[in-house]
Amino acid sequence: MSDTHAQSVAFVRETQIPPSDPPSSQTGAVKWMHENLFSSWFYGLLTLLSLYVIYVVLAGFLPWLFNGVWQASSIRECREVLDGATGGCFAVLTERWNQLLFGIAYPQDSYWRPLLAFVLLFIAAAPVLFAMLPRQMLLFTAIYPFLAFWLIWGGTILWPLLALAGFIVGYVVFGRLVKQSFAYGFFGAIVAAMITWWIGGFIVPAIAPEQTLLSAVPSRDMGGFMLNMILGTVCVSLSLPIGIVLALGRQSSMPIIKWICVVYIEFIRGVPLITLLFVASVVLAYFFPPGSNLDLVLRVIIMITMFSSAYIAEVIRGGLAALPRGQYEAADSLGLDYPQAMRLIVLPQALKISIPGIVNVAVGLFKDTTLVSVISMFDLVGAIRGPILAATEWNGVYWELWLFAALLFFIVCYGISQYSQWLERQLATDHR
Amino acid sequence: MNEVLAKTANVDMNVSDEEAIRIEKMNKWYGSFHVLRDIDLTVNRGERIVIAGPSGSGKSTLIRCINALEEHQKGRIEVDGTVLSSDVKNIDKIRSEVGMVFQHFNLFPHLTILENCTLAPIWVRKTPKKEAEETAMHFLEKVKIPDQALKYPGQLSGGQQQRVAIARSLCMRPRIMLFDEPTSALDPEMIKEVLDTMVELAEEGMTMLCVTHEMGFARQVANRVIFMDEGQIVEQNEPEEFFNNPQNPRTQLFLSQILGH
Ligand SMILES: Nc1ncnc2c1ncn2[C@@H]1O[C@H](COP(=O)(O)OP(=O)(O)OP(=O)(O)O)[C@@H](O)[C@H]1O
Ligand SMILES: [Mg+2]
Repeated sequence: MSDTHAQSVAFVRETQIPPSDPPSSQTGAVKWMHENLFSSWFYGLLTLLSLYVIYVVLAGFLPWLFNGVWQASSIRECREVLDGATGGCFAVLTERWNQLLFGIAYPQDSYWRPLLAFVLLFIAAAPVLFAMLPRQMLLFTAIYPFLAFWLIWGGTILWPLLALAGFIVGYVVFGRLVKQSFAYGFFGAIVAAMITWWIGGFIVPAIAPEQTLLSAVPSRDMGGFMLNMILGTVCVSLSLPIGIVLALGRQSSMPIIKWICVVYIEFIRGVPLITLLFVASVVLAYFFPPGSNLDLVLRVIIMITMFSSAYIAEVIRGGLAALPRGQYEAADSLGLDYPQAMRLIVLPQALKISIPGIVNVAVGLFKDTTLVSVISMFDLVGAIRGPILAATEWNGVYWELWLFAALLFFIVCYGISQYSQWLERQLATDHR
Repeated sequence: MNEVLAKTANVDMNVSDEEAIRIEKMNKWYGSFHVLRDIDLTVNRGERIVIAGPSGSGKSTLIRCINALEEHQKGRIEVDGTVLSSDVKNIDKIRSEVGMVFQHFNLFPHLTILENCTLAPIWVRKTPKKEAEETAMHFLEKVKIPDQALKYPGQLSGGQQQRVAIARSLCMRPRIMLFDEPTSALDPEMIKEVLDTMVELAEEGMTMLCVTHEMGFARQVANRVIFMDEGQIVEQNEPEEFFNNPQNPRTQLFLSQILGH
C-alpha cells in the first residue's frame, strides 16, 4: 500500500464488530458427526455397520451381566433362579471369592495378613514410583519386603529379621570399603552378608519360640490371585536390578564378565519359561544338598526372575546403545568414575529410553505368573481350573470365572501401563 | 590490529616456565592404522595453543589422548606432573584437572543447566551442594547465561549450550582446558559468543589447547599455532610467523585453502 493511498483512506473503524456465530451446520454435534462419522457415503456405511455390531454385542452381553445371579450355591440353583432367561451365574464368584483371591488352603482367619501386606505395598512402592514424595519414605520401602514376608508366611519374625540384618551388615561393610574401591565394597558386602546369614542360620532355630504371634503358613498353601501378586511383584522388582547388571556386564570391557552375561542372556532367552518352571518344580531340588528343602515358591521366583531379567537386560541394552558416545565421554572427561558415570549419567537416560520395553516385559511377566498352574500350584488360574471348575457344583461356569480372571489381570496391567505413560511424560526434558 | 597486539602482549605475561603438559614420542594406532606418529609437544602453564590441520590428520585424537579418552600405545604423556598410565586412579586424577569442551557440547540432557554444572564438583570433588551451586552460578554468570540455570539443555540454543559446556568444565576448576572444534557445530552468529568466552578465559591465563579452524581466534589469542598432517606435527610457530611466513609446503597449501575464500 503506497503512502498516498494510506492518506486517502479517511475512515478508521473505532469499535470492533461483535463476533457472530458460525452457521449451525459448522458447529456442535452436527458438524462433529458430519466430519467424523459421515464424511462420505462409504464412511457412513461403515459407521452404520459398526453401530449394528456394537448393538448385537451389547444386546447379548448386557442382559447376561445385569440379569446375573449373585446368590446361589451351585450352577443348578443358578439355572433354577434364571428359569431359562439369559443371565450369568456370578454366584460362583461370591461363593468362591476367598479361594479366588487366597487359594484353597490359606487359613481363613489369616486373610487379613496378605490384605494388609497388599495395602502396605502401595505405601512401599509410592516413593519409588513417584519421585516427588519425601525420600525418607524409602526407609519403609527397604523394610517392606521383610515385613510382607512375615505377614504372609507368618512364623517367627526372627527369619525376616535375620535376612534384614544380613543386608544391613552388608550395607555397613560396603560403606566402609567403598572408599578404597567399588569392587572391594561390593564383594566385601556380599561376603559379610553371607557370613551373617550363615551364623544366624544356626542361632535362629535354637532360640525361635514354639508359639509365634502369626501362625506359620507353608508355601504350598499360597494360592489364588495373591500368589500371582506375590510372584509378579517380587520377580519384577528383582529382575529390574539384575537386568541392569546383566546389561552393563554385556557391555563390559572385561571379556570374562561380558562372556558370562552373553551366555546367560542368550541361553535363558532361548528356553521357554514353562520348561524353566518344570525345572524348578522337579529338577532344581537335585542341585541343592540333600535335606535342604528349598521352598517351591522360592524356586519358582528364582526361575521367573532369571527368565525376565534376561529380557529386561536386552531391553536396557537397547537403551544403552541409543545413548550417544559423547555422553560417556563427557562423563569420563569430568572425572566421574565408572559407577558414578553409570548411575548419574548413563542409566537415568538409558532407563528412560527403555521404559516402554521394561513395562512390556513387566506386564508379560505378570501374566506369565499364571503358568505356575501347570506345575500344580493353585494360583488364580490354577484355582479356577482345579478345585473350582472340578467341583460338581460349579462345573460349567466358564465365562463368569475366566472373565473375572481376565478383569483382575487387566486392572493391574492397565494400571502399570498408565503409570509408565505418566512417567514418560514426567521425564520428558528434551523440548524439541 | 594494535588493540589485538596489545592484548596478546598482555596475555603473554601469564606464561610461566612451568610445564603443564609434556608429550614425548607418543604414538597411537587404531587397529593397524597409525593415527599419531612420534608426537613431541611441551605446553607451559598459561600457554594457549591452537592446533590446525586438514580433516583426519589426528587433531582430535591428539587432544583426546591428553585426558585419556583415547589410549596411546607408545611414548609418554605427562600432565601436571602425573604420568598417564593405565592406572585408573591416575586417569581420574588427570581428568579432574583437565577440562574438555566437545564439538557437540555433550551436555547431559536429563539434568538442568545448574545440575550439569554441579554434578562433577559434588560427586568427584565432594564439594557441598550449596557451595557447588554458588560456584556454578559464578561461572554461568561468566559465560553470561545465569538466567538459564534452571532450564534443560534442550531448551537452549547451540551457542548457549556450548557456553554451558565451558562453564561445566570450569566448575571443576581445571588447570588445563582442551577444546575440540568448539564452534564448528554452530551457526555463524553464535560462533562469536563462544569465541568471546574463550578469549576471556585466555586473558585470565588459562592453559588452553584448542583445535579450531577459527584463524582470527588463533591470531588474537594463541602463543603458538601447531599444524598437523597425517598424524604428525608438521610445523609450529607463533601466530604472526605461522600465518605470514609458513615454512612447510603442506602448511602453505592448507593456509591458502582455508584463508583463500
Ligand atoms: N575410533 C576410531 N577407530 C578407527 N579410526 C579412527 C577412530 N577415530 C578416528 N579414526 C581415524 O583416525 C584419523 C584421525 O582422526 P581425528 O578424529 O583425530 O581427525 P581430526 O584431525 O580431528 O579430523 P577432523 O578435522 O575431521 O575432526 C582419521 O583418519 C579417522 O578416520
Ligand atoms: Mg576432530
